Amino acid sequence: MSPPQAAARLAMQLAPSDPHVTDPEPVPGQKAVIRNVDFFYDTFRALKNISLPLHDKRVTAFIGPSGCGKSTLLRILNRIYELYPGQRATGEVLVDGENILAPGLDLNLLRAKIGMVFQKPTPFPMSIYDNIAFGIRLYERLTRPELDDRIEAALRRAALWDEVKDKLRQSGLGLSGGQQQRLCIARAVAVEPEILLLDEPASALDPLSTQRIEELIAELKDDYCIAIVTHNMQQAARSSDYTAFMYLGELIEFDETERIFTHPTQKQTEDYITGRFG
Amino acid sequence: MSIYTRRRIANGVVMSLSVAATAFGLLWLVLVLWTLLENGIAAITPALFSQMTPPPGSAGGLLNAIFGSVVMTLIATLVGTPTGILAGTFLAEYSRGSRFGEVVRFINDILLSAPSIIVGLFVYELMVVRMGHFSAWAGSMALAIIVIPVVVRTTEDMLNLVPNALREAAAALGSPKWKVIVMVSYRAAIQGMVTGVMLAVARIAGETAPLLFTALNNQFWSTNLDAPMANLPVVIFQFAMSPYADWQVLAWGGALLITLTVLCLNIGARALASWSTFKQ
Repeated sequence: MSPPQAAARLAMQLAPSDPHVTDPEPVPGQKAVIRNVDFFYDTFRALKNISLPLHDKRVTAFIGPSGCGKSTLLRILNRIYELYPGQRATGEVLVDGENILAPGLDLNLLRAKIGMVFQKPTPFPMSIYDNIAFGIRLYERLTRPELDDRIEAALRRAALWDEVKDKLRQSGLGLSGGQQQRLCIARAVAVEPEILLLDEPASALDPLSTQRIEELIAELKDDYCIAIVTHNMQQAARSSDYTAFMYLGELIEFDETERIFTHPTQKQTEDYITGRFG
Repeated sequence: MSIYTRRRIANGVVMSLSVAATAFGLLWLVLVLWTLLENGIAAITPALFSQMTPPPGSAGGLLNAIFGSVVMTLIATLVGTPTGILAGTFLAEYSRGSRFGEVVRFINDILLSAPSIIVGLFVYELMVVRMGHFSAWAGSMALAIIVIPVVVRTTEDMLNLVPNALREAAAALGSPKWKVIVMVSYRAAIQGMVTGVMLAVARIAGETAPLLFTALNNQFWSTNLDAPMANLPVVIFQFAMSPYADWQVLAWGGALLITLTVLCLNIGARALASWSTFKQ
Protein backbone atom coordinates (compact mmCIF):
# COMPACT_ATOMS: atom_id res chain seq x y z
CA MET A 1 0.00 0.00 0.00
CA SER A 2 1.44 3.37 -0.97
CA PRO A 3 1.83 6.03 1.79
CA PRO A 4 -1.01 8.30 0.54
CA GLN A 5 -3.40 5.36 0.40
CA ALA A 6 -2.45 4.24 3.87
CA ALA A 7 -2.97 7.77 5.15
CA ALA A 8 -6.39 7.95 3.56
CA ARG A 9 -7.39 4.65 5.07
CA LEU A 10 -6.17 5.73 8.50
CA ALA A 11 -8.07 9.01 8.24
CA MET A 12 -11.21 7.10 7.35
CA GLN A 13 -10.90 4.81 10.31
CA LEU A 14 -10.41 7.75 12.65
CA ALA A 15 -13.28 9.78 11.24
CA PRO A 16 -16.49 9.64 13.23
CA SER A 17 -18.83 7.23 11.48
CA ASP A 18 -21.99 8.85 10.27
CA PRO A 19 -24.28 6.52 8.32
CA HIS A 20 -26.09 9.40 6.63
CA VAL A 21 -23.06 10.79 4.87
CA THR A 22 -22.76 9.47 1.32
CA ASP A 23 -19.18 8.43 1.13
CA PRO A 24 -17.94 6.94 -2.14
CA GLU A 25 -14.89 5.43 -0.42
CA PRO A 26 -15.56 1.82 0.58
CA VAL A 27 -15.38 1.13 4.30
CA PRO A 28 -12.77 -1.53 5.04
CA GLY A 29 -14.34 -4.92 5.59
CA GLN A 30 -17.56 -3.96 3.87
CA LYS A 31 -17.74 -5.58 0.46
CA ALA A 32 -21.08 -4.07 -0.42
CA VAL A 33 -23.29 -1.36 0.95
CA ILE A 34 -27.01 -1.29 0.27
CA ARG A 35 -28.27 2.25 0.60
CA ASN A 36 -31.88 3.45 0.61
CA VAL A 37 -33.02 0.77 -1.77
CA ASP A 38 -36.64 0.55 -2.86
CA PHE A 39 -37.99 -2.16 -5.13
CA PHE A 40 -41.10 -2.22 -7.27
CA TYR A 41 -43.06 -5.00 -8.94
CA ASP A 42 -44.84 -2.71 -11.39
CA THR A 43 -46.47 -0.34 -8.89
CA PHE A 44 -46.23 -2.55 -5.81
CA ARG A 45 -43.46 -1.37 -3.50
CA ALA A 46 -41.89 -4.58 -2.23
CA LEU A 47 -38.90 -3.06 -0.46
CA LYS A 48 -38.95 0.14 1.53
CA ASN A 49 -35.80 2.12 2.06
CA ILE A 50 -33.43 -0.75 2.85
CA SER A 51 -29.91 0.08 4.02
CA LEU A 52 -27.35 -2.39 5.29
CA PRO A 53 -23.75 -3.45 4.65
CA LEU A 54 -22.45 -6.84 3.53
CA HIS A 55 -19.13 -7.68 5.16
CA ASP A 56 -16.34 -9.34 3.25
CA LYS A 57 -15.46 -12.91 4.25
CA ARG A 58 -18.57 -13.00 6.39
CA VAL A 59 -22.01 -14.54 5.99
CA THR A 60 -25.01 -12.24 6.16
CA ALA A 61 -28.39 -13.92 6.57
CA PHE A 62 -31.70 -12.39 5.49
CA ILE A 63 -34.56 -13.78 7.55
CA GLY A 64 -38.24 -12.99 7.83
CA PRO A 65 -41.66 -14.44 7.06
CA SER A 66 -42.69 -15.27 3.48
CA GLY A 67 -43.26 -12.22 1.36
CA CYS A 68 -41.10 -9.98 3.52
CA GLY A 69 -38.84 -9.17 0.57
CA LYS A 70 -35.71 -11.06 1.56
CA SER A 71 -35.39 -12.90 -1.76
CA THR A 72 -36.24 -9.70 -3.59
CA LEU A 73 -33.38 -7.97 -1.81
CA LEU A 74 -30.98 -10.75 -2.76
CA ARG A 75 -32.10 -10.58 -6.40
CA ILE A 76 -31.21 -6.89 -6.49
CA LEU A 77 -27.58 -7.61 -5.72
CA ASN A 78 -26.90 -9.19 -9.12
CA ARG A 79 -29.78 -7.41 -10.84
CA ILE A 80 -31.25 -10.73 -11.92
CA TYR A 81 -34.68 -9.10 -11.55
CA GLU A 82 -33.94 -7.25 -14.80
CA LEU A 83 -34.83 -10.41 -16.72
CA TYR A 84 -38.44 -9.46 -16.06
CA PRO A 85 -39.97 -6.28 -17.39
CA GLY A 86 -41.88 -4.27 -14.81
CA GLN A 87 -39.45 -4.90 -11.99
CA ARG A 88 -37.16 -2.06 -10.91
CA ALA A 89 -35.00 -0.96 -8.04
CA THR A 90 -34.08 2.53 -6.87
CA GLY A 91 -31.39 3.63 -4.47
CA GLU A 92 -27.79 2.55 -4.40
CA VAL A 93 -25.90 -0.68 -3.99
CA LEU A 94 -22.19 0.05 -3.73
CA VAL A 95 -19.88 -2.87 -4.42
CA ASP A 96 -16.28 -1.82 -3.78
CA GLY A 97 -17.55 1.74 -4.01
CA GLU A 98 -19.23 1.35 -7.39
CA ASN A 99 -23.00 1.72 -7.65
CA ILE A 100 -24.18 -1.44 -9.37
CA LEU A 101 -27.70 -0.07 -9.81
CA ALA A 102 -26.33 2.63 -12.10
CA PRO A 103 -27.80 2.57 -15.61
CA GLY A 104 -25.47 1.45 -18.37
CA LEU A 105 -23.63 -1.05 -16.20
CA ASP A 106 -22.71 -4.27 -18.04
CA LEU A 107 -25.01 -6.78 -16.34
CA ASN A 108 -23.15 -9.82 -17.66
CA LEU A 109 -19.87 -8.64 -16.15
CA LEU A 110 -21.66 -7.78 -12.92
CA ARG A 111 -23.18 -11.25 -12.69
CA ALA A 112 -19.86 -12.90 -13.42
CA LYS A 113 -18.56 -11.08 -10.33
CA ILE A 114 -21.56 -11.86 -8.15
CA GLY A 115 -22.56 -15.52 -8.18
CA MET A 116 -25.96 -16.87 -7.23
CA VAL A 117 -27.38 -20.22 -6.13
CA PHE A 118 -31.13 -20.73 -6.22
CA GLN A 119 -33.67 -22.46 -4.05
CA LYS A 120 -34.28 -25.34 -6.43
CA PRO A 121 -31.22 -27.02 -7.87
CA THR A 122 -30.87 -25.88 -11.48
CA PRO A 123 -28.40 -28.14 -13.27
CA PHE A 124 -28.25 -27.38 -16.99
CA PRO A 125 -29.28 -30.22 -19.32
CA MET A 126 -25.68 -31.15 -20.06
CA SER A 127 -22.89 -33.19 -18.51
CA ILE A 128 -21.54 -32.52 -15.02
CA TYR A 129 -18.31 -31.33 -16.62
CA ASP A 130 -20.05 -28.98 -19.04
CA ASN A 131 -22.29 -27.61 -16.29
CA ILE A 132 -19.20 -26.14 -14.67
CA ALA A 133 -17.28 -25.42 -17.87
CA PHE A 134 -20.23 -23.33 -19.11
CA GLY A 135 -19.57 -20.47 -16.70
CA ILE A 136 -15.79 -20.60 -17.01
CA ARG A 137 -15.85 -20.56 -20.81
CA LEU A 138 -17.96 -17.41 -20.83
CA TYR A 139 -15.07 -15.21 -19.79
CA GLU A 140 -11.91 -17.24 -20.07
CA ARG A 141 -10.05 -19.07 -22.82
CA LEU A 142 -8.37 -22.00 -21.15
CA THR A 143 -6.49 -24.99 -22.49
CA ARG A 144 -8.03 -28.37 -21.83
CA PRO A 145 -5.75 -29.27 -18.87
CA GLU A 146 -6.30 -25.84 -17.29
CA LEU A 147 -10.04 -26.25 -17.64
CA ASP A 148 -9.88 -29.76 -16.18
CA ASP A 149 -7.99 -28.39 -13.18
CA ARG A 150 -10.46 -25.59 -12.62
CA ILE A 151 -13.38 -27.97 -12.78
CA GLU A 152 -11.78 -30.39 -10.36
CA ALA A 153 -10.98 -27.53 -7.98
CA ALA A 154 -14.55 -26.25 -8.12
CA LEU A 155 -16.00 -29.70 -7.50
CA ARG A 156 -13.62 -30.25 -4.60
CA ARG A 157 -14.60 -26.86 -3.24
CA ALA A 158 -18.23 -27.93 -3.28
CA ALA A 159 -17.39 -31.28 -1.68
CA LEU A 160 -18.72 -33.13 -4.71
CA TRP A 161 -15.53 -34.33 -6.41
CA ASP A 162 -15.32 -37.76 -4.78
CA GLU A 163 -18.90 -38.55 -5.74
CA VAL A 164 -18.71 -37.52 -9.41
CA LYS A 165 -15.08 -37.82 -10.49
CA ASP A 166 -15.80 -41.05 -12.40
CA LYS A 167 -18.90 -39.74 -14.16
CA LEU A 168 -18.05 -36.22 -15.26
CA ARG A 169 -19.44 -36.96 -18.73
CA GLN A 170 -22.84 -38.04 -17.42
CA SER A 171 -25.81 -35.70 -17.29
CA GLY A 172 -26.04 -33.38 -14.32
CA LEU A 173 -29.75 -34.21 -14.20
CA GLY A 174 -28.91 -37.73 -13.01
CA LEU A 175 -27.56 -36.54 -9.66
CA SER A 176 -29.57 -36.50 -6.44
CA GLY A 177 -31.11 -33.23 -5.26
CA GLY A 178 -28.35 -32.56 -2.74
CA GLN A 179 -25.66 -33.36 -5.28
CA GLN A 180 -27.35 -31.15 -7.87
CA GLN A 181 -27.33 -28.25 -5.42
CA ARG A 182 -23.64 -28.77 -4.69
CA LEU A 183 -23.06 -28.90 -8.45
CA CYS A 184 -24.74 -25.50 -8.69
CA ILE A 185 -22.51 -24.17 -5.92
CA ALA A 186 -19.46 -25.58 -7.70
CA ARG A 187 -20.66 -23.91 -10.90
CA ALA A 188 -21.03 -20.60 -9.09
CA VAL A 189 -17.59 -20.69 -7.42
CA ALA A 190 -15.87 -21.96 -10.58
CA VAL A 191 -16.12 -18.52 -12.17
CA GLU A 192 -14.38 -17.08 -9.09
CA PRO A 193 -16.93 -14.47 -8.08
CA GLU A 194 -16.39 -12.00 -5.27
CA ILE A 195 -19.83 -12.21 -3.72
CA LEU A 196 -21.97 -15.31 -3.42
CA LEU A 197 -25.74 -15.01 -3.14
CA LEU A 198 -27.59 -18.04 -1.80
CA ASP A 199 -31.37 -18.02 -2.11
CA GLU A 200 -32.65 -20.63 0.35
CA PRO A 201 -30.03 -23.06 -0.95
CA ALA A 202 -31.02 -25.90 1.37
CA SER A 203 -34.79 -25.57 1.64
CA ALA A 204 -35.46 -28.25 -0.98
CA LEU A 205 -32.98 -30.68 0.53
CA ASP A 206 -33.03 -33.39 3.20
CA PRO A 207 -31.35 -32.77 6.60
CA LEU A 208 -28.11 -34.53 5.64
CA SER A 209 -27.68 -32.58 2.41
CA THR A 210 -28.59 -29.42 4.32
CA GLN A 211 -25.81 -30.10 6.77
CA ARG A 212 -23.32 -30.56 3.95
CA ILE A 213 -24.39 -27.29 2.37
CA GLU A 214 -23.98 -25.50 5.71
CA GLU A 215 -20.50 -26.95 6.16
CA LEU A 216 -19.75 -25.75 2.68
CA ILE A 217 -20.93 -22.23 3.49
CA ALA A 218 -18.67 -22.21 6.54
CA GLU A 219 -15.70 -23.08 4.33
CA LEU A 220 -16.57 -20.73 1.51
CA LYS A 221 -16.81 -17.67 3.73
CA ASP A 222 -13.03 -17.67 4.09
CA ASP A 223 -12.88 -16.42 0.51
CA TYR A 224 -16.17 -14.80 -0.28
CA CYS A 225 -18.68 -12.28 0.89
CA ILE A 226 -21.81 -14.40 1.27
CA ALA A 227 -25.44 -13.35 1.52
CA ILE A 228 -27.96 -16.06 2.28
CA VAL A 229 -31.75 -16.00 2.36
CA THR A 230 -33.23 -18.59 4.65
CA HIS A 231 -36.52 -19.61 6.17
CA ASN A 232 -34.74 -21.70 8.70
CA MET A 233 -33.77 -19.69 11.77
CA GLN A 234 -31.50 -22.38 13.16
CA GLN A 235 -29.66 -22.26 9.87
CA ALA A 236 -29.28 -18.49 10.10
CA ALA A 237 -28.10 -18.78 13.70
CA ARG A 238 -25.66 -21.56 12.85
CA SER A 239 -24.10 -20.34 9.67
CA SER A 240 -24.21 -16.54 9.58
CA ASP A 241 -22.19 -13.76 11.18
CA TYR A 242 -24.72 -11.02 10.57
CA THR A 243 -28.48 -11.25 10.35
CA ALA A 244 -31.02 -8.91 8.83
CA PHE A 245 -34.61 -9.39 9.94
CA MET A 246 -37.14 -8.14 7.43
CA TYR A 247 -40.88 -7.77 7.63
CA LEU A 248 -43.33 -6.53 4.99
CA GLY A 249 -40.61 -5.01 2.85
CA GLU A 250 -38.86 -3.23 5.65
CA LEU A 251 -35.60 -3.92 7.39
CA ILE A 252 -36.62 -4.22 11.04
CA GLU A 253 -33.25 -5.01 12.52
CA PHE A 254 -29.70 -5.68 11.39
CA ASP A 255 -26.91 -6.77 13.69
CA GLU A 256 -24.42 -9.46 14.47
CA THR A 257 -26.21 -12.79 14.41
CA GLU A 258 -25.44 -13.52 18.03
CA ARG A 259 -26.99 -10.23 19.14
CA ILE A 260 -30.08 -10.70 16.99
CA PHE A 261 -30.73 -14.13 18.41
CA THR A 262 -29.92 -13.30 22.05
CA HIS A 263 -30.75 -9.63 22.53
CA PRO A 264 -32.92 -8.34 19.72
CA THR A 265 -33.81 -4.70 20.21
CA GLN A 266 -37.08 -4.85 18.29
CA LYS A 267 -40.22 -6.55 19.55
CA GLN A 268 -41.03 -7.92 16.06
CA THR A 269 -37.63 -9.55 15.76
CA GLU A 270 -38.03 -11.19 19.14
CA ASP A 271 -41.52 -12.42 18.29
CA TYR A 272 -40.27 -13.90 15.02
CA ILE A 273 -37.18 -15.67 16.32
CA THR A 274 -39.08 -17.09 19.26
CA GLY A 275 -41.68 -18.46 16.85
CA ARG A 276 -44.58 -16.28 17.93
CA PHE A 277 -45.38 -15.33 14.34
CA GLY A 278 -44.18 -15.87 10.80
CA MET B 1 -81.32 -44.50 -4.55
CA SER B 2 -78.19 -43.87 -2.54
CA ILE B 3 -75.65 -41.26 -3.61
CA TYR B 4 -73.09 -43.99 -4.07
CA THR B 5 -75.27 -46.04 -6.45
CA ARG B 6 -76.07 -42.94 -8.48
CA ARG B 7 -72.43 -42.09 -8.69
CA ARG B 8 -71.61 -45.59 -9.91
CA ILE B 9 -74.31 -45.44 -12.58
CA ALA B 10 -73.15 -42.00 -13.74
CA ASN B 11 -69.59 -43.27 -13.83
CA GLY B 12 -70.65 -46.31 -15.88
CA VAL B 13 -72.61 -44.20 -18.37
CA VAL B 14 -69.80 -41.68 -18.92
CA MET B 15 -67.25 -44.47 -19.19
CA SER B 16 -69.33 -46.32 -21.82
CA LEU B 17 -69.83 -43.15 -23.84
CA SER B 18 -66.10 -42.39 -23.76
CA VAL B 19 -65.20 -45.89 -24.87
CA ALA B 20 -67.82 -45.78 -27.62
CA ALA B 21 -66.52 -42.42 -28.88
CA THR B 22 -62.94 -43.70 -28.90
CA ALA B 23 -63.99 -46.86 -30.74
CA PHE B 24 -65.93 -44.79 -33.28
CA GLY B 25 -62.88 -42.64 -33.99
CA LEU B 26 -60.51 -45.58 -34.18
CA LEU B 27 -62.86 -47.53 -36.43
CA TRP B 28 -62.37 -45.10 -39.33
CA LEU B 29 -58.63 -45.07 -38.89
CA VAL B 30 -58.53 -48.85 -38.98
CA LEU B 31 -60.87 -48.93 -41.99
CA VAL B 32 -58.73 -46.43 -43.89
CA LEU B 33 -55.55 -48.32 -43.11
CA TRP B 34 -57.15 -51.65 -43.97
CA THR B 35 -58.51 -50.41 -47.30
CA LEU B 36 -55.14 -48.89 -48.13
CA LEU B 37 -53.30 -52.10 -47.31
CA GLU B 38 -55.78 -54.27 -49.16
CA ASN B 39 -55.64 -52.22 -52.34
CA GLY B 40 -52.14 -50.82 -52.15
CA ILE B 41 -50.04 -53.79 -51.15
CA ALA B 42 -50.27 -55.24 -54.66
CA ALA B 43 -48.65 -52.09 -56.06
CA ILE B 44 -45.66 -52.21 -53.68
CA THR B 45 -43.21 -53.84 -56.08
CA PRO B 46 -39.60 -53.06 -57.03
CA ALA B 47 -40.98 -51.36 -60.16
CA LEU B 48 -42.80 -48.81 -57.97
CA PHE B 49 -39.43 -47.54 -56.76
CA SER B 50 -37.49 -47.90 -60.01
CA GLN B 51 -39.75 -46.80 -62.89
CA MET B 52 -41.37 -43.56 -63.93
CA THR B 53 -45.06 -42.81 -63.96
CA PRO B 54 -46.35 -44.55 -67.08
CA PRO B 55 -48.80 -43.47 -69.73
CA PRO B 56 -52.13 -45.31 -69.43
CA GLY B 57 -51.97 -48.95 -70.41
CA SER B 58 -48.27 -49.58 -69.84
CA ALA B 59 -46.26 -50.67 -66.84
CA GLY B 60 -44.47 -48.19 -64.60
CA GLY B 61 -43.75 -46.98 -61.12
CA LEU B 62 -43.66 -43.81 -59.05
CA LEU B 63 -39.92 -43.09 -58.89
CA ASN B 64 -40.16 -39.54 -60.27
CA ALA B 65 -43.05 -38.75 -57.94
CA ILE B 66 -41.27 -40.18 -54.90
CA PHE B 67 -38.15 -38.22 -55.80
CA GLY B 68 -40.15 -35.02 -56.30
CA SER B 69 -41.95 -35.39 -53.00
CA VAL B 70 -38.70 -36.02 -51.12
CA VAL B 71 -36.93 -33.07 -52.78
CA MET B 72 -39.73 -30.57 -52.24
CA THR B 73 -40.37 -31.74 -48.67
CA LEU B 74 -36.65 -31.44 -47.98
CA ILE B 75 -36.37 -27.90 -49.36
CA ALA B 76 -39.54 -26.84 -47.54
CA THR B 77 -38.16 -28.25 -44.29
CA LEU B 78 -34.76 -26.59 -44.81
CA VAL B 79 -36.45 -23.23 -45.39
CA GLY B 80 -39.25 -23.58 -42.88
CA THR B 81 -37.38 -25.03 -39.91
CA PRO B 82 -34.84 -22.25 -39.26
CA THR B 83 -37.46 -19.59 -39.94
CA GLY B 84 -39.94 -21.27 -37.64
CA ILE B 85 -37.42 -21.90 -34.87
CA LEU B 86 -36.18 -18.32 -34.95
CA ALA B 87 -39.72 -16.93 -34.90
CA GLY B 88 -40.70 -19.32 -32.09
CA THR B 89 -37.60 -18.27 -30.16
CA PHE B 90 -38.55 -14.65 -30.62
CA LEU B 91 -42.03 -15.32 -29.25
CA ALA B 92 -40.89 -17.38 -26.27
CA GLU B 93 -37.69 -15.62 -25.28
CA TYR B 94 -37.82 -12.04 -26.50
CA SER B 95 -41.41 -10.88 -26.71
CA ARG B 96 -43.00 -12.20 -23.53
CA GLY B 97 -45.90 -10.04 -22.56
CA SER B 98 -45.36 -7.55 -25.40
CA ARG B 99 -48.19 -6.43 -27.65
CA PHE B 100 -46.18 -7.13 -30.79
CA GLY B 101 -45.58 -10.70 -29.65
CA GLU B 102 -49.30 -11.18 -29.08
CA VAL B 103 -50.03 -9.99 -32.61
CA VAL B 104 -47.39 -12.27 -34.13
CA ARG B 105 -48.70 -15.23 -32.13
CA PHE B 106 -52.27 -14.52 -33.24
CA ILE B 107 -51.31 -14.25 -36.91
CA ASN B 108 -49.26 -17.42 -36.65
CA ASP B 109 -52.26 -19.27 -35.23
CA ILE B 110 -54.37 -18.09 -38.15
CA LEU B 111 -51.68 -19.28 -40.58
CA LEU B 112 -51.58 -22.58 -38.71
CA SER B 113 -55.23 -23.24 -39.42
CA ALA B 114 -55.37 -21.63 -42.88
CA PRO B 115 -56.64 -24.03 -45.58
CA SER B 116 -53.64 -25.24 -47.55
CA ILE B 117 -55.36 -24.48 -50.85
CA ILE B 118 -55.19 -20.79 -49.92
CA VAL B 119 -51.45 -21.17 -49.45
CA GLY B 120 -51.27 -22.82 -52.86
CA LEU B 121 -53.19 -19.99 -54.51
CA PHE B 122 -51.03 -17.42 -52.76
CA VAL B 123 -47.80 -18.95 -54.04
CA TYR B 124 -49.39 -19.36 -57.46
CA GLU B 125 -49.99 -15.61 -57.60
CA LEU B 126 -46.63 -14.79 -56.09
CA MET B 127 -44.36 -17.12 -58.03
CA VAL B 128 -46.06 -19.16 -60.73
CA VAL B 129 -47.75 -16.20 -62.42
CA ARG B 130 -44.60 -14.08 -62.31
CA MET B 131 -42.30 -16.87 -63.49
CA GLY B 132 -44.80 -17.83 -66.14
CA HIS B 133 -44.71 -21.56 -65.39
CA PHE B 134 -45.15 -24.14 -62.64
CA SER B 135 -42.00 -25.17 -60.81
CA ALA B 136 -40.62 -27.24 -57.95
CA TRP B 137 -39.36 -24.02 -56.35
CA ALA B 138 -42.92 -22.77 -56.09
CA GLY B 139 -44.04 -26.12 -54.69
CA SER B 140 -41.31 -26.03 -52.07
CA MET B 141 -42.23 -22.50 -51.06
CA ALA B 142 -45.89 -23.42 -50.65
CA LEU B 143 -44.90 -26.34 -48.43
CA ALA B 144 -42.47 -24.16 -46.48
CA ILE B 145 -45.27 -21.72 -45.71
CA ILE B 146 -47.19 -24.64 -44.21
CA VAL B 147 -44.15 -25.80 -42.20
CA ILE B 148 -43.40 -22.42 -40.62
CA PRO B 149 -46.45 -21.94 -38.37
CA VAL B 150 -46.27 -25.54 -37.13
CA VAL B 151 -42.61 -25.13 -36.16
CA VAL B 152 -43.19 -21.67 -34.67
CA ARG B 153 -45.94 -23.05 -32.48
CA THR B 154 -44.11 -26.13 -31.22
CA THR B 155 -40.86 -24.23 -30.69
CA GLU B 156 -42.63 -21.60 -28.64
CA ASP B 157 -44.57 -24.18 -26.63
CA MET B 158 -41.46 -26.23 -25.93
CA LEU B 159 -39.40 -23.19 -24.92
CA ASN B 160 -42.21 -22.07 -22.61
CA LEU B 161 -41.90 -25.40 -20.83
CA VAL B 162 -38.27 -24.66 -19.96
CA PRO B 163 -38.32 -23.46 -16.35
CA ASN B 164 -37.33 -19.83 -15.86
CA ALA B 165 -35.09 -20.98 -13.02
CA LEU B 166 -32.75 -22.45 -15.66
CA ARG B 167 -32.57 -19.14 -17.55
CA GLU B 168 -31.96 -17.28 -14.32
CA ALA B 169 -29.22 -19.71 -13.34
CA ALA B 170 -27.44 -19.22 -16.65
CA ALA B 171 -27.87 -15.44 -16.58
CA ALA B 172 -26.60 -15.39 -12.99
CA LEU B 173 -23.27 -16.76 -14.23
CA GLY B 174 -22.92 -13.71 -16.44
CA SER B 175 -24.10 -15.37 -19.64
CA PRO B 176 -25.38 -13.08 -22.40
CA LYS B 177 -28.95 -13.75 -23.41
CA TRP B 178 -28.24 -15.39 -26.77
CA LYS B 179 -25.97 -17.86 -25.03
CA VAL B 180 -28.61 -18.63 -22.42
CA ILE B 181 -31.00 -19.44 -25.27
CA VAL B 182 -28.62 -21.48 -27.41
CA MET B 183 -26.77 -23.33 -24.67
CA VAL B 184 -29.52 -23.81 -22.09
CA SER B 185 -33.06 -23.23 -23.41
CA TYR B 186 -32.52 -25.05 -26.71
CA ARG B 187 -30.79 -27.93 -24.99
CA ALA B 188 -33.64 -28.33 -22.56
CA ALA B 189 -36.26 -28.14 -25.32
CA ILE B 190 -34.49 -29.83 -28.22
CA GLN B 191 -36.43 -33.10 -28.27
CA GLY B 192 -39.76 -31.31 -28.31
CA MET B 193 -38.56 -28.98 -31.04
CA VAL B 194 -37.37 -31.89 -33.20
CA THR B 195 -40.71 -33.58 -32.63
CA GLY B 196 -42.42 -30.44 -33.92
CA VAL B 197 -40.30 -30.44 -37.07
CA MET B 198 -41.07 -34.11 -37.69
CA LEU B 199 -44.78 -33.48 -37.30
CA ALA B 200 -44.51 -30.59 -39.77
CA VAL B 201 -42.75 -32.88 -42.27
CA ALA B 202 -45.47 -35.47 -41.77
CA ARG B 203 -48.07 -32.80 -42.44
CA ILE B 204 -46.58 -31.57 -45.74
CA ALA B 205 -45.74 -35.05 -46.99
CA GLY B 206 -49.39 -35.55 -47.87
CA GLU B 207 -50.41 -32.02 -48.87
CA THR B 208 -51.98 -31.97 -52.32
CA ALA B 209 -53.72 -28.64 -52.73
CA PRO B 210 -50.67 -26.36 -52.44
CA LEU B 211 -48.74 -28.48 -54.97
CA LEU B 212 -51.60 -28.57 -57.47
CA PHE B 213 -51.16 -24.83 -58.02
CA THR B 214 -47.39 -24.71 -57.83
CA ALA B 215 -45.32 -27.76 -58.74
CA LEU B 216 -48.16 -29.32 -60.70
CA ASN B 217 -46.91 -32.64 -62.05
CA ASN B 218 -44.40 -34.10 -64.43
CA GLN B 219 -44.74 -37.38 -66.26
CA PHE B 220 -40.99 -37.73 -66.68
CA TRP B 221 -37.88 -37.86 -64.56
CA SER B 222 -36.85 -34.29 -63.77
CA THR B 223 -34.36 -32.84 -61.33
CA ASN B 224 -34.87 -29.31 -62.61
CA LEU B 225 -36.23 -27.24 -59.73
CA ASP B 226 -37.23 -24.53 -62.18
CA ALA B 227 -39.67 -26.84 -63.95
CA PRO B 228 -42.83 -28.69 -62.96
CA MET B 229 -42.00 -31.69 -60.80
CA ALA B 230 -43.87 -34.91 -60.13
CA ASN B 231 -44.94 -35.56 -56.55
CA LEU B 232 -46.91 -38.28 -54.82
CA PRO B 233 -50.02 -36.38 -53.72
CA VAL B 234 -50.77 -34.88 -57.15
CA VAL B 235 -49.99 -38.17 -58.92
CA ILE B 236 -52.36 -39.97 -56.56
CA PHE B 237 -54.99 -37.34 -57.22
CA GLN B 238 -54.60 -37.61 -60.98
CA PHE B 239 -54.26 -41.42 -61.19
CA ALA B 240 -57.06 -42.16 -58.74
CA MET B 241 -59.47 -39.98 -60.73
CA SER B 242 -58.53 -41.67 -64.01
CA PRO B 243 -60.55 -44.48 -65.60
CA TYR B 244 -57.42 -46.66 -66.11
CA ALA B 245 -57.08 -49.67 -63.78
CA ASP B 246 -53.24 -49.73 -63.80
CA TRP B 247 -53.10 -46.01 -62.89
CA GLN B 248 -55.55 -46.66 -60.06
CA VAL B 249 -53.37 -49.44 -58.68
CA LEU B 250 -50.37 -47.07 -58.71
CA ALA B 251 -52.47 -44.46 -56.91
CA TRP B 252 -53.28 -46.99 -54.18
CA GLY B 253 -49.58 -47.83 -53.92
CA GLY B 254 -48.64 -44.17 -53.60
CA ALA B 255 -51.32 -43.59 -50.99
CA LEU B 256 -50.08 -46.51 -48.94
CA LEU B 257 -46.50 -45.25 -49.27
CA ILE B 258 -47.37 -41.76 -47.99
CA THR B 259 -49.48 -43.13 -45.16
CA LEU B 260 -46.73 -45.46 -44.00
CA THR B 261 -44.17 -42.64 -44.18
CA VAL B 262 -46.38 -40.30 -42.15
CA LEU B 263 -47.08 -43.11 -39.70
CA CYS B 264 -43.35 -43.73 -39.25
CA LEU B 265 -42.65 -40.02 -38.79
CA ASN B 266 -45.39 -39.77 -36.17
CA ILE B 267 -44.19 -42.83 -34.32
CA GLY B 268 -40.65 -41.47 -34.49
CA ALA B 269 -41.79 -38.12 -33.11
CA ARG B 270 -43.71 -39.88 -30.36
CA ALA B 271 -40.73 -42.05 -29.46
CA LEU B 272 -38.47 -39.01 -29.37
CA ALA B 273 -40.88 -37.16 -27.09
CA SER B 274 -41.22 -40.04 -24.65
CA TRP B 275 -37.46 -40.52 -24.69
CA SER B 276 -37.01 -36.91 -23.65
CA THR B 277 -39.49 -37.18 -20.76
CA PHE B 278 -37.76 -40.35 -19.68
CA LYS B 279 -34.41 -38.61 -19.74
CA GLN B 280 -35.58 -35.79 -17.53
